[in-house]
Amino acid sequence: MDTVQQIRFIWKPLIFIASLVPFALVVGDLFQVTGSLGPNPVEEIQDRFGYWGLRFILIALAVTPARTITGKQWLTRFRRMLGLFAFFYVLMHFLTWLILDQGLLLSAIGEDIFKRPFITIGFAATLILLALTATSTAGVRRRLGKTWQKLHNWVYAAAILGVWHYWWQVKLDASDPAIYAAILALLLGYRFWQRRKRARQRTQTASA
Amino acid sequence: MLIKKPVDIRPSEITSKESYFNRRKFMQAAALAGGSIVAGDALPAIIPNEKRAKLEGVVPSEFSTDETPNSYDDVTTYNNYYEFGLRKDDPFRNSQEFKPRPWSIEVTGDAEVTGSFALEDFVNSQTLEERIYRLRCVEAWSMVIPWVGISLADVVKRFKPLSKAKYVVFETLLDRDQMPGQRSRSLRWPYVEGLTIAEATNPLPILAVGVFGEVLPNQNGAPLRLIVPWKYGFKSIKGIVRMHFTDKQPRTSWDLAASHEYGFYANVNPNVDHPRWSQARERRIGANQGGGFQSLFSASKQDTVMFNGYGEHVAHLYDGLDLKKNF
Repeated sequence: MDTVQQIRFIWKPLIFIASLVPFALVVGDLFQVTGSLGPNPVEEIQDRFGYWGLRFILIALAVTPARTITGKQWLTRFRRMLGLFAFFYVLMHFLTWLILDQGLLLSAIGEDIFKRPFITIGFAATLILLALTATSTAGVRRRLGKTWQKLHNWVYAAAILGVWHYWWQVKLDASDPAIYAAILALLLGYRFWQRRKRARQRTQTASA
Repeated sequence: MLIKKPVDIRPSEITSKESYFNRRKFMQAAALAGGSIVAGDALPAIIPNEKRAKLEGVVPSEFSTDETPNSYDDVTTYNNYYEFGLRKDDPFRNSQEFKPRPWSIEVTGDAEVTGSFALEDFVNSQTLEERIYRLRCVEAWSMVIPWVGISLADVVKRFKPLSKAKYVVFETLLDRDQMPGQRSRSLRWPYVEGLTIAEATNPLPILAVGVFGEVLPNQNGAPLRLIVPWKYGFKSIKGIVRMHFTDKQPRTSWDLAASHEYGFYANVNPNVDHPRWSQARERRIGANQGGGFQSLFSASKQDTVMFNGYGEHVAHLYDGLDLKKNF
């Protein structure tokens, strides 16, 4: 089996299953098999999906720097799946809020989205990830050509809005969201630094 | 056999050496106890030290709600007590080694009776009442909790505040060794809360020493905490070691942390939103109990009521006060 086949038939299924573990634990805890969701299950579910949405965004954003640093090109093959899991958990977080927290009460939902800035930006991030998910297939990517990359650079905006959304709803102690913000800053900073390096190299080759 | 096992004498019934020889303290305790000795109406409150010990002589109260109380687990594993950590289960996890005895309360400021009082002396001239109250957290969740405690109004009257005293300020124990949350600067320690004298002498607030007919667990503020049912939960300060009478409105811990979000009054008010979230509705903890998908869909949110439904007893305290400004 060559590397491509190994990735396709072994590593991808394994990572797929591993990525479903947080979801399985929510279901297991809900039915009190693996544990429990505590006295406020709706909030617990909503929080867990939110955390995992953010974590998968950061993991997906770490793929490209990891590839550049290690030189292992095949890492890119996991990027789309990790990005789709980010959307999956963000969507579950959104649906938990919409159905279980707000009980589909339209007036309350509208008020929350338009009057609560932290919900506005969370909603915006969800819409961005929805657009990226809808355009994630190989076919669409081919059709869009260069536009595709431009469109998918919006993932950076979604990541920033996501961390901001988390930071803004914390009651008092922002040390947890600060960890997410630091990791995101590192991942974006690395890209910025790479870009400047490439630009410098280009000017050097041009002048040589 | 006619010889019966003698009734166990509680440690709190035995006069300690210190209080026996400390005349000043003794006189103060006598002054405090005076009212009920003359009246001779009810058993003195006795607060056992053992965890989950049953409280004796608890009488029901007309102020109790007939709503069904939350489960013991809800009340004792899901709450805020930042001295023990920021997560809802941190107080339960991190407070089990906490020592709520020996305990004394210092009474200071503009009052005729001041000094340091052992918990037993502080509490035991008053009747223990069960007060089943709604509790509304500023985070938009709520519970119904069967507290056991003594009337704060009666406590305040025993210390005879001077006419210039306008506020009573409470302070929580400062003890970084026992309260790990105080090692981080999430709030300014010790935790400070306060009420106006008019609020403190209203019949509703109590100083709680128990819950579910038992001695108060550490995570719920043992051995002595305030309960003010028409205000957001953070006003109901836990682990009280000091009561101070003053003419100045105190800067409370939450006011110092974020004064635009948490005001001095903090009355439950569905018409004044928290800057970041709505206060119009609340989630009743326990409504989604039982596990399984079905449990998640039971309606757990309800409309929040002005003054948490205690308006008939307290609305008059705020006549002429703009509650949007004085949130």
